[in-house]
Amino acid sequence: MYKILKAESPAENIFMMDVEAPRVAKTCLPGQFVIVKMDEKGERVPLTICDYSREKGTVTIVFQVVGASTDKMSHLKAGDAFRDFTGPLGQPSEFVHEPAEELKKKKILFVAGGVGTAPVYPQVKWLHENGIDADVIVGAKNHELLILEKEMEAVAGNLYITTDDGSYKRKGMVTEVIKDLVQNEGKKYDVCVAIGPMIMMKFVCLLTKELGIPTIVSMNPVMVDGTGMCGACRLTVDGKVKFACVDGPEFDGHAVNFDEAMKRQQLYKTQEGRAMLKLKEGDTHHGGCGNCGGDQ
Amino acid sequence: MDVLKKVPVREQNAKIRATNFEEVCYGYNEEEAREEASRCINCKNAKCMEGCPVSINIPAFIHEVKEGNFEEASRIIGESSALPAVCGRVCPQESQCEQRCIRGIKGEPVSIGKLERFVADWARENGIKPEPPKQKNGKKVAVIGSGPAGLTCAGDLAKLGYDVTIFEALHEAGGVLVYGIPEFRLPKSKVVQKEIENVKHLGVKIETNVVIGKSTTIDELLNEEGFEAIFIGSGAGLPKFMGIPGENANGVFSANEYLTRSNLMKAFDDNYDTPIMIGKKVAVVGGGNVAMDAARTALRLGAEVHIVYRRSEEELPARVEEVHHAKEEGIIFNLLTNPTEILTDDNGWVRGMKCVEMELGEPDESGRRRPVVKEGSEYEMELDTVIMSLGTSPNPLIASTTEGLEVNKWKCIVADEEHGQTSKEGVYAGGDAVTGAATVILAMGAGKAGAKGIDEYLSNQ
Repeated sequence: MYKILKAESPAENIFMMDVEAPRVAKTCLPGQFVIVKMDEKGERVPLTICDYSREKGTVTIVFQVVGASTDKMSHLKAGDAFRDFTGPLGQPSEFVHEPAEELKKKKILFVAGGVGTAPVYPQVKWLHENGIDADVIVGAKNHELLILEKEMEAVAGNLYITTDDGSYKRKGMVTEVIKDLVQNEGKKYDVCVAIGPMIMMKFVCLLTKELGIPTIVSMNPVMVDGTGMCGACRLTVDGKVKFACVDGPEFDGHAVNFDEAMKRQQLYKTQEGRAMLKLKEGDTHHGGCGNCGGDQ
Repeated sequence: MDVLKKVPVREQNAKIRATNFEEVCYGYNEEEAREEASRCINCKNAKCMEGCPVSINIPAFIHEVKEGNFEEASRIIGESSALPAVCGRVCPQESQCEQRCIRGIKGEPVSIGKLERFVADWARENGIKPEPPKQKNGKKVAVIGSGPAGLTCAGDLAKLGYDVTIFEALHEAGGVLVYGIPEFRLPKSKVVQKEIENVKHLGVKIETNVVIGKSTTIDELLNEEGFEAIFIGSGAGLPKFMGIPGENANGVFSANEYLTRSNLMKAFDDNYDTPIMIGKKVAVVGGGNVAMDAARTALRLGAEVHIVYRRSEEELPARVEEVHHAKEEGIIFNLLTNPTEILTDDNGWVRGMKCVEMELGEPDESGRRRPVVKEGSEYEMELDTVIMSLGTSPNPLIASTTEGLEVNKWKCIVADEEHGQTSKEGVYAGGDAVTGAATVILAMGAGKAGAKGIDEYLSNQ
């Protein structure tokens, strides 16, 4: 069992927990993820690593309630435990392998959307601890849904916050902020790291391609085992099939086939997808719709 | 009784079992087992033993069954095999022990597999446990993976007094016995878990949720955690796809994914949270045991299921028994058929599969006649689910994170057959990680070899 030491909800429907997992905490690096399983009957759910403490042996996870499993998880409190907690999985961000002198010459821009702010945070923090201050754009639907503002402020070079409804700081999409920084403020970036909803990453990539900024995205497709065994998380990058769990989760955003990835994500993850599943399967329907017994 | 024929084994009715996940085969009762055992002529030079990858003393245990000494029979099997209830169910006996049975020259061979299963089931039901070693030698050995290779290696080493820890990447021990082989062929809580408990009873520790190459590495286990030798039995890896258009459509799964959802995650049971897409009409592409397992799983979940295989029935790599069971249950075989494209609707979901008919030409390098496309034979199958069961390629996770561990051109770990020794000192390997996808019993044989290799290595230090 993996004990939850702290559990809080930084925004509506978003949950953050510190979990005792010494093996993961000892070796995890920015860019990697974990898979948790709440109890005997639960799904294996891939989750973002938001922070970690090697000394305390803890890993901080952040998740948004999107279906039955994450909803159940959201009711866990400090003192409760996850039955299973595996990781770190996937490849670390490329920059952790780069020589420090090379890295220091680079101007890096992070673009975080919604709960995608959580996996961006350990990357920015790692760079900060290695003497590199990166610019960070954080986008949220509204002020209430903004997370990790203070934490991010402490480690980012410049932090630009934007909300869709203008309820806090700038108003508009993250892509508008990128345009503004590059075109109006004359900022130059060597690399952009964009993590958030797939649709956001797709549009960031369209823009950065135009602006000539190489861009890395972190993909979060449907997964089962997370160790390269099942192939559920496959996606097309540069015309080749890749497994997000072992080849990624980070990929060259300009080479990812987002349209296909978004269609694949529908399968179990979106309301429409679940409804479609039910329709398609008819009498053979067996969970995954989020509405019936198989999923609750 | 007809001495030339096996005592028939009782099975669940095909029509009924096609709708449930209960075990297909009921196995022998005491009376049937003793009767079947009496068919064994107790050869002095027992050929059957040569056919067994773990060299079970077959005539000796069958003799005890005949006499009604089931506990002694179980002890004899236990000397060689840590997983008799598993092997009695999933070993391809027809091409191993039973193939060499002298009885089989004129008539049917002795039903060695069903007798092994009987003994193992009897022992379990009567609470017989293997003897833990009287003395421990204090030497720590790590085993990577808790599938058939790992469990066998760990069990053998524990019996010799080693302090063994198995590291398992998934949340449940058992490897392919748990994620791959379905409940109706190999019951999980009744059989697999009990055999794993027996291995633990020998003193083996199992740590789940540890991904070697990620959570820690082989080198760290050797240098920091005090393990003196390591056996890698990490299994087969990444599922293969055909590389045809439409393979990433919604509704196309690898057999690994489909079976993992149903077996490991228990998606077939509505009380579990993991979903599984079934579809009304399913095609399973491939003809191996895994394809049969996926097809029969989809059938039980309520679909019409087709096996699509590019060669003819004779070349089907699956066990004859599995093909027979699949047919009985109502699986439709589209043989000499090869998919060329998965057809999708506007939303990216499977709506069908374009196929061509094949005919058999000259033998290829595998010795089997090469299937060639029949001109102008293209047609469409209407489907909503396609399961690709084309085998696997090795997972690079361990090899790529272990210094000095040699792999071959297929990226399988290089290890010698007799001792499982790899290119790295103190590191042994066996099973699918070395050979590529094979059988449970071959993996167990390799686990045994690895245990022997490790014991010799550590005894000479």
